[in-house]
Amino acid sequence: MTAFALRGLLGRKLRTALTAIAIVLGVATVAGTYVLTDSINNAFHSIFFETRAGSDAVISGKSAFDLSGDSGSTAPSFDESLLQKVRSLPEVGEAQGQVNGEAHLIGKDGKAIVYGGAPNLGFSIADGASRFNPLQLVSGAWPKPGEVVIDKSTASKEHFKIGQVIGVQAQGPVDRLRVSGIVKFGSVSTIGGATLSGFDLPTAQHLFEKPGKLDEIAVASAQGVSTPKLVASIKQVLPADTQIRTAKLQSHEDAKETDSFISFLQKFLLGFGGVALFVGSFVIANSLSITIAQRMREFATLRTLGASRSQVLRSVMLEALVMGTLASIVGLFAGLALAKGLFSLFDAVGFTLPNNGLTLETRTIVVALLVGIVVTLLASLRPALRATRVPPIAAVREGATLPESRWARYRLPAAIVLTVLGFAGLLAGLFVSNLGTGQILLLMLGGALLVFFGVALLSVRLIGPLAWTLGWPATKLGGAAGALARDNSRRNPQRTASTASALMIGLALVTLVSILAAGIVSSFRGAVKDIWRNADYAITAQNNFNPIPIAASEAVGKTPGVTSVADVRAGEGLAYGHKIAITAVNPPAASVFNLDWTHGTSTVMAHLGADGAFVDKDYADSHHLEIGSPVPLTFADGTQELLNVEGIFDPPTGGSPFGRVTMSTTVFDSHTEQPENLYSFVVMNGGQTAANQAALDKTLKAFPNAKAATRQKFIDNQISGLSSILNILYVLLALSVVVSLFGIVNTLVLTVFERTREIGMLRAIGMTRRQVRRMIRHESVITALIGAVIGIALGIILASLLIARVDFIVLSLPVGQLIVFGVAAILVGIIAAIFPARRASRLNVLQALQYE
Amino acid sequence: MSETITTPAPARAPDAEPVVTATELTRRYGEGDTAVDALRGVSLNVRKGELTAVMGPSGSGKSTLMHILAGLDRPTSGEVAIAGTKLSTLNDNDMTRLRRQHIGFVFQFFNLLPMLDAEENIVLPLSIAGEKPDKAWVNELLDQVGLTPRRTHKPSELSGGQQQRVAIGRALVNKPTIIFADEPTGNLDSKTSGEILELLERSVRELQQTIVMVTHEPRAAAIADRVLFLDDGLIVREASNISAHDIVAAMEELGE
Ligand SMILES: Nc1ncnc2c1ncn2[C@@H]1O[C@H](COP(=O)(O)OP(=O)(O)OP(=O)(O)O)[C@@H](O)[C@H]1O
Ligand SMILES: [Mg+2]
Repeated sequence: MTAFALRGLLGRKLRTALTAIAIVLGVATVAGTYVLTDSINNAFHSIFFETRAGSDAVISGKSAFDLSGDSGSTAPSFDESLLQKVRSLPEVGEAQGQVNGEAHLIGKDGKAIVYGGAPNLGFSIADGASRFNPLQLVSGAWPKPGEVVIDKSTASKEHFKIGQVIGVQAQGPVDRLRVSGIVKFGSVSTIGGATLSGFDLPTAQHLFEKPGKLDEIAVASAQGVSTPKLVASIKQVLPADTQIRTAKLQSHEDAKETDSFISFLQKFLLGFGGVALFVGSFVIANSLSITIAQRMREFATLRTLGASRSQVLRSVMLEALVMGTLASIVGLFAGLALAKGLFSLFDAVGFTLPNNGLTLETRTIVVALLVGIVVTLLASLRPALRATRVPPIAAVREGATLPESRWARYRLPAAIVLTVLGFAGLLAGLFVSNLGTGQILLLMLGGALLVFFGVALLSVRLIGPLAWTLGWPATKLGGAAGALARDNSRRNPQRTASTASALMIGLALVTLVSILAAGIVSSFRGAVKDIWRNADYAITAQNNFNPIPIAASEAVGKTPGVTSVADVRAGEGLAYGHKIAITAVNPPAASVFNLDWTHGTSTVMAHLGADGAFVDKDYADSHHLEIGSPVPLTFADGTQELLNVEGIFDPPTGGSPFGRVTMSTTVFDSHTEQPENLYSFVVMNGGQTAANQAALDKTLKAFPNAKAATRQKFIDNQISGLSSILNILYVLLALSVVVSLFGIVNTLVLTVFERTREIGMLRAIGMTRRQVRRMIRHESVITALIGAVIGIALGIILASLLIARVDFIVLSLPVGQLIVFGVAAILVGIIAAIFPARRASRLNVLQALQYE
Repeated sequence: MSETITTPAPARAPDAEPVVTATELTRRYGEGDTAVDALRGVSLNVRKGELTAVMGPSGSGKSTLMHILAGLDRPTSGEVAIAGTKLSTLNDNDMTRLRRQHIGFVFQFFNLLPMLDAEENIVLPLSIAGEKPDKAWVNELLDQVGLTPRRTHKPSELSGGQQQRVAIGRALVNKPTIIFADEPTGNLDSKTSGEILELLERSVRELQQTIVMVTHEPRAAAIADRVLFLDDGLIVREASNISAHDIVAAMEELGE
């Protein structure tokens, strides 16, 4: 019986392979995700580990609370006199001070060299030969005063050679330094899009505007001194604003930020793998159902020969197990290839990731195989149970049909119940308050799964009318072949529905994403137009989101024609026991920003002074704040200020640029080590003119990482980040559409196989090969369109639900895009039909008629 | 060719124990106005080692009777017992067990599994039952059905007659109490039919196999120990050891 099941698979290679592709793709995504994220993780960890390889312990500045990497607030630096104290300790063998920060290298085009969101790391190298230096010199020499070493990849991409002068900008205006050497980072082959620049300590202190200060001291213990002993002895001399960690702990600390990013990326991508597998399970279930219907005679014969129901069940499940296992193994390898592809994809959208070769963990293998096999088995269960219902008499009776299961009459009610339950879950997840994140996710995920199942089951009822309507053009375009195609697609509604459902899921998600994106974009536009009604230009970083030195805004203020410059700085603070986003504005903001004040007026911004603040309505409500209420805010430097609420505003739907609490730049700067602007807004005489733009550009020449954009351009720039993310989403969702495409191919191949005799008859009575192909193609397109129509409708419903909950997005239908999705579905149908149509048209008429 | 078939001597005394008994079988298809009474009260006994032929015009209920005797279908009323077990008392698992032990089938359209070769097809009932085939017995069987040189051929590489011989080998392999064959030669030419009938006859005479066979061929019926004539759902005549000539006459009488 076992051998028999396996022979069955071998005897149906094509069908098995087509069915298995669905699983291969899903498993490949899951495996690819793991390989990708593990590889990135590995690369990062070796960077972080190597950075600390020469140290036993690291002293660093201490902030009052844990800061997020891109919050704008940084840990304070400390006085360099500590270095001498540490060196004089007998337990300390070697110690070296370092300053570091963002340092932009300026390309030959005068623009800052930035690759996507990757960091631009600048740091001091006190002594090239020191044990603390993780860099290797590729050529040239370590930097002396007025010199810089840069990383190999930047040097070759931007064509810098030793001896040439390169612009470097950290805190102040651009400094011009001589390239003394090219370096690389230990063993890691690429560090992603990051740029490296190393200076001698005084140069670095000057660049980062930290004279007489240090960010870190790396320490190695004296001979025979254990690390705990070293740490304990240094603790004795540490001032309050510093802390010491072992090198190992420090590298974990360094990795925290990237770890959480990678784990997010991993979950995000796994989500798409899950979607692909989910779609794949539909494809498998459908293909197996069709195959089993076609093998009824075979199962019946086995039953007459004494096979029990459970043997039939086992043999089908065994086939599924073998297929699932093979597909998962293939998927695992495809996943490796996919990870490579994803590296290039991220690279192509300007998001280069560090790469140190692909990492294949045991966990990846186990999870990929397990997931692939379990999904295959689950999807096969229903068809396998159907197979057990094949009555032995089907061995002798022509055209015997499978008896309906006992539960068949509950199918419609069950579909309705599933759909309703699914929506109930979604609604509960969205609107019930006081739920934990886990509960919300569970409700939403479970709800979505149920909705998809329910709608897939319900769609059987829609096939008749939908096929009739959507098939109408086929009858006009395809003549007799088109009319037959329409009838064929209505002939087995269950089959058409299952096939279309796979595509439905992908299209529902694509539609959901595109509507959400359209909503975000349009509410964002609305908000920006509202808030910056009075601003002519915005000054931002080249990449639109990094902070820029205040010096840039000061220079802009002195530009001819500029009447006022409103600065916005951002950071993090601690209030009421929670870490919150804080922002700061300078007095000109009052005339630039246009907010909807529920308490106070715009003039509040001009008079925040030494203890004023304004908050958004939501925050005011949740902490019962009124005009005059004190807000206790702790800054990163550890000091607490009592700020008085002087205004409360209602942010527009698209969000506001302000944190929960906004204060004057004066207060912010007094507690921030190196304050920087997130962006500045400029009002100029004459408004937006070519001359004004030119004047701003001229000023900003000294600040290559800053740029001036008109309000409109600013909006576009902010949105462009969203569109790259959107493109990645589409590519990832396309995977599930490809899976469903294979589903259509598979159904058509099986259908052609089943209708061999019929097609032979049609050919015999005069149908041309072309007409046969057309018939199959139209059926395919009708099926795909059914999936598209149901999917797009479902996507619109899901998006409306989400948007009803999330108050910073307005609903706006991207009609053009939805039409594109419909056209894409037609293309999917046409592509899916190519191979089956060819097979059908090449049937030998005589053999087809004799086919039994 | 019918002259090559001689009327054999009965292999068993007529009073040997019955292995299949059917009492008052009726079978109604459909309901109301369109209801068809395919069987209208058929009783019969099949004795061990006996070759029974069932004949009758098309639509007379032969296949229906066969399916009910073999437990593939349930009678509307009446009872079938095989080897002393009443089929109506059996659930699906018991029925499966009964099939493994007591029933063999030969189909009109062979129903071989295309991916298995001749020998594998023959031993399939044993593999399904989880039994090890006895090598010597399988070799003898292959010899009996004349397929020793073709044992590793797939069904698609075999002629119709050869395929049916595989099917007969498969029916014989677990030495079932009874083999049911519905028009085993219905899909074969006359010469091949003769060979198949000879094979069936031989298995009755040499292996003491009990067989019930539906057939339209007078010469097939002529080798039978007993011929049942069915018409409109009733057994209208029963004859033992009658010649092909008499059978043709009897059939003509029934209007075929
Ligand atoms: N599944 C069924 N549903 C309805 N009526 C049926 C069914 N099977 C058989 N019948 C009817 O029962 C009667 C007996 O059919 P059966 O197949 O037993 O005839 P038969 O003697 O085997 O005929 P043939 O020699 O043509 O094979 C016929 O009238 C037939 O139409
Ligand atoms: Mg019949």
